[in-house]
Amino acid sequence: MLVVDNLKTHFFTRRGIIRAVDGVSFTLHAGETLALVGESGSGKSVTCLSLVRLVPEPAGRIVGGRVLLEGDDLLRKSAAEMRRVRGKQIAMVLQDPMTSLNPALTIGSQVSEVLRLHQGLHGPPLRERVLEALRRLRISAAATRLGHYPHQFSGGMRQRVSSAIALSCAPRLLIADEPTTSLDVTIQAQYLDLLKEVQATAGVAVILVTHDFGIVAANADRVAVMYAGKIVEMGTTLQIFDNPRHPYTQALLRCLPDVGLRDRQLVEIGGQPPDLAQLGPGCPFAPRCPERQPICDESYPPPVLVEDGHEARCWVAAPAGARG
Amino acid sequence: MPARKREFPWFPGVVLAALVLTAVFAAYLAPQSPTEGDITKKLIPPIWMERGDWEHPLGTDRFGRDVLSRIIYGSRISLLVSLIAIGVAGTFGTVLGLISGYRGGLIDVVLMRLTDIALSLPLILIAVVLVAVSEPSFGNVILVIALLLWPRFARQVRGETLAIKQQDFVALAVVAGRSSWWIMSRHIFPNVVPTLLVITTLQVGYVILLEGTLSFLGVGVPPPNPAWGLMIADGRGFLATAWWISLFPGLAMLLIVLAVNLMGDWLRDHLDPKLRQLGSRAPVLDAPGIEPVGRAAGEAPARGAAGGADGG
Repeated sequence: MLVVDNLKTHFFTRRGIIRAVDGVSFTLHAGETLALVGESGSGKSVTCLSLVRLVPEPAGRIVGGRVLLEGDDLLRKSAAEMRRVRGKQIAMVLQDPMTSLNPALTIGSQVSEVLRLHQGLHGPPLRERVLEALRRLRISAAATRLGHYPHQFSGGMRQRVSSAIALSCAPRLLIADEPTTSLDVTIQAQYLDLLKEVQATAGVAVILVTHDFGIVAANADRVAVMYAGKIVEMGTTLQIFDNPRHPYTQALLRCLPDVGLRDRQLVEIGGQPPDLAQLGPGCPFAPRCPERQPICDESYPPPVLVEDGHEARCWVAAPAGARG
Repeated sequence: MPARKREFPWFPGVVLAALVLTAVFAAYLAPQSPTEGDITKKLIPPIWMERGDWEHPLGTDRFGRDVLSRIIYGSRISLLVSLIAIGVAGTFGTVLGLISGYRGGLIDVVLMRLTDIALSLPLILIAVVLVAVSEPSFGNVILVIALLLWPRFARQVRGETLAIKQQDFVALAVVAGRSSWWIMSRHIFPNVVPTLLVITTLQVGYVILLEGTLSFLGVGVPPPNPAWGLMIADGRGFLATAWWISLFPGLAMLLIVLAVNLMGDWLRDHLDPKLRQLGSRAPVLDAPGIEPVGRAAGEAPARGAAGGADGG
């Protein structure tokens, strides 16, 4: 349904060109959840912004690639055409529920806004749909809540309200950029379950940006690990957790606290993420990589097919059998 | 003192309510006609002086016109001119500020340089030129004042817009497929309104003074309209003998400008989101180092007093 092909988004700064997204490709089917995982600055958020063409201009620009949503290349659309796609086909939930709602407008008017724009609803039918959208995300007493302002809601509720807005027009694709980061741990699971439930009934494809592998394990069908603007490993959630091939993925998974093992120390990945303005020809992870080889500094590894649907971009990531 | 800032300011509230009522019901309140005078009763002093007359509690001017009635009718002019001028300047400035802040880029640069130009215009001079090529009229006064005021609105609104633009709900509105116009009017504008309310109030006092100045110089409201500035100018030649002609309109102006500015200060404290979030019981931060918005207008009472002293 969604095909992203060799997407490149660069930022042109005084320090040079920052390749925030550098040749990202993936596909996403209806109803599927793809988790984008990586450190801060790995290009997850910029990838998402590129999909809806909201890269902050003029510094940032999408310089290449294709984003096909049901066969239509979004990058070739005019501004007016893009407006019709946004909201109707693609919706977004952002990290901070405190600023994703307009403090000056009531919840009711904010939810109805999208429905009115994209479905042309008015009057009682509109109100019905608004209530339905809110109830679907378990906003209790929705009818009385319509007249309330965002500051009268808790963080978790606001995030549900913004999700209700995002999902109200039954989009094909939902981009959730760290939707639970600012929520309570107890609310996080509840919120994600809710999202999963709504997703299952509506058949929405979800891109879930996160750096929490717990969330990935519980919610994603497939995982794409990003590093320095590239997807370094991609596979089903099971494949990634059971058989991570890229040393970076392995390192990320090692960073997870293990509840069962008491004495195990938490591990960190040594070194810093690379400066995206000064990347050499080699693998950007090489300086931090425990399995570094001479070839790693010379050229960027091609994608290696580990098994069906599981790819890694690493010189040492040969399939388990072939590596001996 | 800080704790009392949140209470409704009764003094300015009452003064401003009285001003509005006076302006609306001027025809019923004024004991005499504001423009027709009895020349035989010219230069009658106020009631408490020798020769004072109940018919003219605040005395008469050199044409025998009742000073009190002229002040009462004059409130209409002050109010009308300031409301219309601020309305015009506020609308224009807000729209430009929104566009400039939201669109950014070249549009922003061009619009902001335009406001710089507008801010550097010598307004009194323009007013004089305007009157020289045409007649003094209400329209001209409003035009000149609006010309002076709109950049203040534009600058302030642009700054607010830049801040609000960064909020997620604006990005989400774009993702929702909204047009720029819609986002500006529905998502950004409502969040600018509190600021707008504060600058508007702070400008009222300034505009009343400005109108007084222009009228005093003879380039504002044309005579025989009972504008306060005109009355002060009228009495200029009689300060030694008939000081009341200038003093009372000067006092009226001083009172109104003071009230408006006090009200503006209160509104600013009340609507400032940073202070509001502290809750009503939290101590209000007294930040002596911070220059609040509209300080220029905040200084107006001093100038008003000077104007009154000038006249008296």
